[in-house]
Amino acid sequence: MALLELRNVSKIYHLGGEEIRALDDVSLDIDRGQFVSIIGPSGSGKSTLMHILGCLDSPSKGSVVLDGNEIGSSSQRELARIRNRTIGFVFQFFNLLPKLNVVQNVELPMIYAGIGGRQRRERALQALELVELGHRLKNRPSQLSGGQQQRVAIARALVNDPKIILADEPTGNLDTHTGELILALFRRLSQEGRTVILVTHNPEIAAVTPGKIEIRNGKVATNLDAKLAGLDRTPKVSAAAH
Amino acid sequence: MSFYNAIIVGLKEIWAHKFRSALTMLGIILGVSSLVAMSAMVQGLENGLRESLVAVGGLQKIRIEAQPVPVEQRHLRDFAPGITLSDVYAIQQSCPDIGAVSPDMRMERNPTLSANGRTYRTWMTSGIWPIQLELMEHHVQYGRMFNSLDDELARNVCVIGTEVRNELFGKPSDTEPEIIPIGKTMSINGVPFTIIGMFEHYESEIDRRKREVDTAEKAAAIAQGGPTTNTPVKVNRRRGYNRRNGGFAFWIKNNTVYMPLNTMWLKLKAGNTNSSSAPVLASLEVKIKDISNFERALTQLRNVMLVRHRGIEDFNMRTQEEWAEQIQRSVKNARMSGGFIAAIGLFVGGIGIMNIMLASISERVREIGIRKAVGAAGLDIFTQIIVESLVIALLGGALGLVFSQVVVWGISYATPTDNPPIITFGAMAFAFAFSAVVGIFAGLIPALKASRMHVIQALRYD
Repeated sequence: MALLELRNVSKIYHLGGEEIRALDDVSLDIDRGQFVSIIGPSGSGKSTLMHILGCLDSPSKGSVVLDGNEIGSSSQRELARIRNRTIGFVFQFFNLLPKLNVVQNVELPMIYAGIGGRQRRERALQALELVELGHRLKNRPSQLSGGQQQRVAIARALVNDPKIILADEPTGNLDTHTGELILALFRRLSQEGRTVILVTHNPEIAAVTPGKIEIRNGKVATNLDAKLAGLDRTPKVSAAAH
Repeated sequence: MSFYNAIIVGLKEIWAHKFRSALTMLGIILGVSSLVAMSAMVQGLENGLRESLVAVGGLQKIRIEAQPVPVEQRHLRDFAPGITLSDVYAIQQSCPDIGAVSPDMRMERNPTLSANGRTYRTWMTSGIWPIQLELMEHHVQYGRMFNSLDDELARNVCVIGTEVRNELFGKPSDTEPEIIPIGKTMSINGVPFTIIGMFEHYESEIDRRKREVDTAEKAAAIAQGGPTTNTPVKVNRRRGYNRRNGGFAFWIKNNTVYMPLNTMWLKLKAGNTNSSSAPVLASLEVKIKDISNFERALTQLRNVMLVRHRGIEDFNMRTQEEWAEQIQRSVKNARMSGGFIAAIGLFVGGIGIMNIMLASISERVREIGIRKAVGAAGLDIFTQIIVESLVIALLGGALGLVFSQVVVWGISYATPTDNPPIITFGAMAFAFAFSAVVGIFAGLIPALKASRMHVIQALRYD
């Protein structure tokens, strides 16, 4: 069974009596260990899809099954718990807390997971070692470069050992070189067995990932199955997988 | 998120905005300190009033005084016997709830006391039985009290209060050493009396402490060999009643001259052409055995007196209860109104906190979004904001408690009264607890608002 299963998911906004279908009947599967990008131009609904995948939002219709649990009807509190334990976010604008130093930023998810102080510190250090920032523990985010900030954000995403890493335009605010380093980091994480979902509008970045889901006008336009792609380089275009 | 973490985060947040937090706290500081100061002043008032209540004999005492016959009985006034010794005996016989009865006979006019070449008029000259000491809480410090034999034989002996001594023989502060005029002769309206005893000096706690300090200072000055006896003593003619209203009760007490009842009657009154022929008393002091039977005792007393007086109400019963009630009422009123005003101050402080917290969360929308994205539930955010508000209020409360000491000290320094404010632990605890409650309530709305923010919108907020 897939790690993430979306079935006929729609997200409908009402704007002044007009119905806007940000997502329209989307179905897709993402398997464990997959490295997949969600690509689409702005306004295509990819952000909405990311919010639903990341449990930041609930779908208007359809079902989302994450790791065997239906989350479409979960309460805000349960969603917060899932975000905390199962998903690690990496944002375009890093979204570090400017008042906290590097370690404290990385510790943040563990505070909400209720992990004790000493263990928290230990795991934060491990995560920071992983992103090669073990030497900048006491710095504030404003004292770091963009790439370093993004690595802190990745360390924060990793620290609760989530099943899914969800990155929203993680290289959008970085220069090409730094962006490549960050992407390399994601690839490494994926090789270590984590599921990594990359949301981007940039086809070059999407090219890095074996899997690719293209969103257009709230629908899945193409879905390159990552595993198949891994075996067979020829793109396989399919309708929504079942 | 644990509560401990929330407190740490709250403290950091406060530290990050030191000036803003200090201003916010100021509201709570002032509110708490005014609450404590207000309560301290009321407490001081209450203590002063209670002290003087105890000085006149406490709640168990009832005073029966002569009063003019009421209008509807005016035609019977020739039959009105007045308060006499027969009443005393009747009460002793017929009122089981009355423990002690003490007659008090006075002269129509205040007698003139003279001794040592000086004269003094006092209105507290009474002929009494020794039992009066118990009722009036008098304590003989020097010499002795007259006894029933002195009374039987109508001896010319008297016991005086310190103020009488001060007027006739000199104050301890002016004479060195203190004069104890036991055995000296004092004439009352020309009749010579031997002073056989003197009461202790009655004064409020504050006066006593003050006097001790003065004495100590004087002793220190003497020890240093500085000019002592020859220094011009500042003439202090203030007699007390205009100095301290709480001290009035003590001052009256210190003005007492007691002599045996029979002496008063035989030596001073019977021979006086102005006095009536019967041994009429000025008043009776009665002490109730058990305060819980107060109402019953009062009824017994009234019935016995009415029978004795043929139903004519030429007497009036006065209880200290009225006074006690009045004290209680005025203290309660002062406490309520003062507390209310001070609570408004705290309330305004709370509004200040709420205001700042609202500003703070709208500044931190993005932070809240990030926290939620990494797994903070609404409750976590709620706790964080409440705790921040609470921490501000508690810090303000603690500082307010410190500041209240300064305020109270300042008040008693700037306006010294007979009832200096007293800070009680209870008032401090209450004010602190109240500031905590204010903190929680002030944080409620901002915390709700923050916890209900939507993650996505908060994350997108700039």
